[in-house]
Amino acid sequence: MTTARAAAILLTKELRLEFRTRELLTTTIVFALIVIVLFSFAFNPTAEESRRYGPGLLWIAFLFAGSLMVNPSFAREQTNSTLDALRMAPISSFAILLGKMLANFIFLAISEVVLVPAFSVFYNVSLFGIVGRLILVLFLGTLGLVVTGTVFSAVSAHARMRELLLPLLLLPILAPLLIAAVEATASLLTEQPALDRTWVSFLAGFDIVFLTASWLLCDYLIEE
Amino acid sequence: MKGRTTFVLAVTALVIFAGYAALFIAPDEKTMHAIQRIFYFHVPSAISAFIAFFIVFIANTAYLVTRQPKWDWLGVAGAEVGVACCTVVLITGPIWARPVWGIWWTWDARLTSTFILWLLYISYLLLRGLLEDPQRRATLSAIFGVFAFLDVPLVYLSNRLWRTQHPQPVVLGGENSGLAPGMGKVLLICWIAVVCVMIVVLIDRYRLERLRHEYEELRFEVESGTAAAESAKGGRR
Repeated sequence: MTTARAAAILLTKELRLEFRTRELLTTTIVFALIVIVLFSFAFNPTAEESRRYGPGLLWIAFLFAGSLMVNPSFAREQTNSTLDALRMAPISSFAILLGKMLANFIFLAISEVVLVPAFSVFYNVSLFGIVGRLILVLFLGTLGLVVTGTVFSAVSAHARMRELLLPLLLLPILAPLLIAAVEATASLLTEQPALDRTWVSFLAGFDIVFLTASWLLCDYLIEE
Repeated sequence: MKGRTTFVLAVTALVIFAGYAALFIAPDEKTMHAIQRIFYFHVPSAISAFIAFFIVFIANTAYLVTRQPKWDWLGVAGAEVGVACCTVVLITGPIWARPVWGIWWTWDARLTSTFILWLLYISYLLLRGLLEDPQRRATLSAIFGVFAFLDVPLVYLSNRLWRTQHPQPVVLGGENSGLAPGMGKVLLICWIAVVCVMIVVLIDRYRLERLRHEYEELRFEVESGTAAAESAKGGRR
């Protein structure tokens, strides 16, 4: 079986699991909404300030929500030792990792589809005319987040206090991604929106580096 | 053991001499005067921290390739020494910055990168502490170590692009950079002293980790031996 086919089957399994309960999506979206609401209490921003701090707020919410959301990815497989079954299947370990990355990507993307319009309404930030470019930035940022997040979900799955440990491992690694994503989003929310090529290519570079690293290290990661 | 004692004594003498050189031999700096002498502790610690983190990366990669526990011991030893050196950098930096720049801290590229680096390797050590099984701990922390190391240039680059207003590197910086000759020599002595201290601690930490590994293995043997004997007894009954 090819890696792509195996990954697609695993993705279907992850999606089916999630859409039976929708636990993960609900908790992620509600959590991020709470962050967005609390921000306005904490800073009480004016219209100009929301334009200025909005991108940062949005990405902080995604980062926190994402770092909580990827946790069950591998932890869930432990309850009935289902990861052992996956390991025994005649598929490459990258397929296992890729299936989970794709699933996490879809979950986070769905959350963003809900959260970005909500953010736009609550903070009076108009998104008309920049939707396409914003989707590109969101795509690249989310990809980097779920690639590292899924790998670290496997790393922390065996540790004690893994729910607490995962954000601790993930968030410092994502510092460059946060800067790049915030700057790229901010340049779209100015008076003359423009796609900042430097930051967009930086995001793409980040994704490529960590996607390659996970492809190279996935054998070690899955076998443990 | 005798070799080690001699080495430690030699390093102690070198450290004392380096301290003396930094405080009394090095020429006075034109604008900063005495406070500039913290430079001879700050910069060597920074270079040593980077060397230590590079050793961690080498050890992590080597562990993943060879699966020999000795690379894991080197990894944890390097990370601890690196975090210690990095802590010295993060403490001496603000002490120096306060009188010279007028502020304790600024979110400049190099400061921010060092801070993130420090956080990354503390996470590495925390991860190790929270993983029970030795082999699993070695593999998973090695994977994290490789990711952390790959992140370092990205952190630096992103901060460089983000905040470009801050000081050009003084040493190896550009046309108007460079040190007075007397300063360069003292810096070299101090750097060698700090690296030697780092090596002493690194070797000791490595040995400690090896002993711990041997102890764990022996304990496992004894425990499984006792368990086997007990179950044999139970079976006879």
